Amino acid sequence: MDKYQEPLDTIFHALADPTRRAVVQRLVEGPAPVKELAAPYDMALPSFMKHIGVLESAGLIASQKQGRVRTCTLNPGKLAAAEKWFEEQRASWASRFDNLDNLLTSLQGETDET
Amino acid sequence: MKPDLRFNFIADMQKSILTVRREFAANRQLVWDCYTKSELLDQWYAPKPLTTKTKSFDFREGGHWHFAMIDPNGTHYWSRTDYETITPIDGYTGYDSFTDETGVVNPDLPRSHIEMTFTEQGAHTLTETVVTYNSPKDLQTVIDMGMEEGLTSTLERLDELLLKLTT
Repeated sequence: MDKYQEPLDTIFHALADPTRRAVVQRLVEGPAPVKELAAPYDMALPSFMKHIGVLESAGLIASQKQGRVRTCTLNPGKLAAAEKWFEEQRASWASRFDNLDNLLTSLQGETDET
Repeated sequence: MKPDLRFNFIADMQKSILTVRREFAANRQLVWDCYTKSELLDQWYAPKPLTTKTKSFDFREGGHWHFAMIDPNGTHYWSRTDYETITPIDGYTGYDSFTDETGVVNPDLPRSHIEMTFTEQGAHTLTETVVTYNSPKDLQTVIDMGMEEGLTSTLERLDELLLKLTT
């Protein structure tokens, strides 16, 4: 449990931005240097580094500097924690609503017969 | 094939608000009845594989619904919904709490405010549920409660998650 004590809201906040989501998505494929991650964006490097900073402080990614190259790596555990909660919530609502669909169908069937 | 019914699940972690919207292929009165009559609630409210059992039901402002969700092992999870305002058949507001079997609210677990709205969409009905927790800390408690079992790496579903967070 200890590993997941950090508030999940920082994770969701980190993922609330399209640039940061794209960075996370890219890192699923494997580690990448900041320069490569920044390349698709029309954004000054300091602005991009702010996004990297948000992802790092949420624990979603880690970065390491070697010489002049800073390489980012995904921390899949953090993402799994956020996803698990989100999926469970969504699935439980979806299941509940499926039940209601079925009930509504049967109630409408009764009405049609009378 | 099932009709393509709208379903949105949005989590605003900063404001501690969950917003759930769902469309149903039925008229508004019928959907309202399913939410406000215990004999109907018992037939759908708990997500599978749980079932719902009403202990007491008093649908009026100031009244409450005391019920259990029962898992396949027979474990009862007791809750109550206290009704605050009721405007048939547009919506109602109230509070959801965890309780014991006698209906006494567990003060250690977060309460949430709920706001239900029912809107006509042609022959269909759109429901919106807004669940508000007092603080991010309360929401965190609820999240932790769902995290007791081991976590699995689910990276293959990342795209889906990111898509949902965007919605």
